[in-house]
Amino acid sequence: MLKNRIIPCLDVKNGRVVKGINFVELKDAGDPVEQAKIYSDGGADEICFLDITASNENRETIIDIVRKTAKECFVPLTVGGGVRTIQNITDLLLAGADKVSINTAAVKDVSFVKEASTKFGSQCIVVAIDAKKVSDNKWEVFTHGGRNKTGIDAVEFAKQVETNGAGEILLTSMDRDGTKSGYDVELLKVITDSTNIPVIASGGVGNLDHLYDGIVKGGASAVLAASIFHYGEYKIKEAKEYLNSKNVSVRL
Amino acid sequence: MNVTIVDYQSGNISSVINSFTEVAKGTVNLEVTSDINKIKSCDKIVLPGQGSFKSCLDSLNSINGLVDTLKDFAIINKKPLLGICVGLQMFADIGYEDAETKGLGWIAGKVSKIDNQKGKFKLPHIGWNEIDIQKGDKIFKDIENKSHMYFVHSYEFIPQDKSVISATTDYSSKIVCAIEKDNLFGTQFHPEKSDKTGLKIINNFLKL
Repeated sequence: MLKNRIIPCLDVKNGRVVKGINFVELKDAGDPVEQAKIYSDGGADEICFLDITASNENRETIIDIVRKTAKECFVPLTVGGGVRTIQNITDLLLAGADKVSINTAAVKDVSFVKEASTKFGSQCIVVAIDAKKVSDNKWEVFTHGGRNKTGIDAVEFAKQVETNGAGEILLTSMDRDGTKSGYDVELLKVITDSTNIPVIASGGVGNLDHLYDGIVKGGASAVLAASIFHYGEYKIKEAKEYLNSKNVSVRL
Repeated sequence: MNVTIVDYQSGNISSVINSFTEVAKGTVNLEVTSDINKIKSCDKIVLPGQGSFKSCLDSLNSINGLVDTLKDFAIINKKPLLGICVGLQMFADIGYEDAETKGLGWIAGKVSKIDNQKGKFKLPHIGWNEIDIQKGDKIFKDIENKSHMYFVHSYEFIPQDKSVISATTDYSSKIVCAIEKDNLFGTQFHPEKSDKTGLKIINNFLKL
């Protein structure tokens, strides 16, 4: 049976790992290659790098990190942040990324998802959707780390990216990100119910029950978290054992 | 020993190169190439494949003489070849991804979309799944049954002759996830992304 994945996410800025509260107040906490290796040895099912300031900075830094990590970690590696062109994707894949996550570029023009999935295959195209609740049962897509409102309905957009060949959706609740109050389970549920591709839950994990909620209540195929693993509150193995004890199937 | 990873522009093969390099570590001479002469003279071939069945076949066919060289190597001379993901699927007679496309025809069978029971199972089949090993003495030597392997695919190879199946995995039905026919090996999952167990499978292939 297919296992639910636990994905530690490393936010990278200037070649260093950071994790902020609601994307501000960044703290420096380590070398990304070393961190990735620790996670991979600790049983992470996948590693995610998010280059949080890639839009404005030199892309070589993240490519170099990906190259070094890919030589040491033999689990899937997803890289996102500032991916805007086919060339950006080519560069990351050649450096050793297995999947690339597209955010703003997909919102600007969903046909970019189509172009990318046709060229590289759906298996390596993840669309990252940042959503914020705007009213009861209504979520809107935001870009630029939650700064820009787009007016696009998150559920409709999720369906659209699926039609355009996305292999997975990485769904982040901008209301919950950095708050440690748990995933937005309602948002997850509505997106997992309206699409047929795997959804990775993101944004808001503060304890292991939140991971459980994302999978069992939200219907996510994978759960992504940063700070709970990053600051050593929990080990990946602990998270897996906990989920297993609650009858959620994971790779032990 | 000389091992060739066939680089026919089928998408991202960096992970395959990285993992084989890690396992080979100086004991095996690894080449990444589409050079026909180098392929002819090597001892073992790895045939990766990403993207669609059609795009992989199109790329393979676009390199003059490559398909015939691979056929001589694997079918006539019966030297070991490992297909990974679409690399395995291409062994089939025919595939139905994007458009009906002729495969290499090395192992009778077809490649069709996984029946996801009307949306009950999400596609692609992405993540770690357990494998049921049927033939455990070659690439699965010392691999525990029910080991987890990393999958990412929406199509499955359905061989006519079930005796070529060396492992299956459960996802909506029993999906063929590894093939072994004489010197021909194939995995639907990605050993190069399957952590230590995956590297062990690669090592087993290199040691055959």
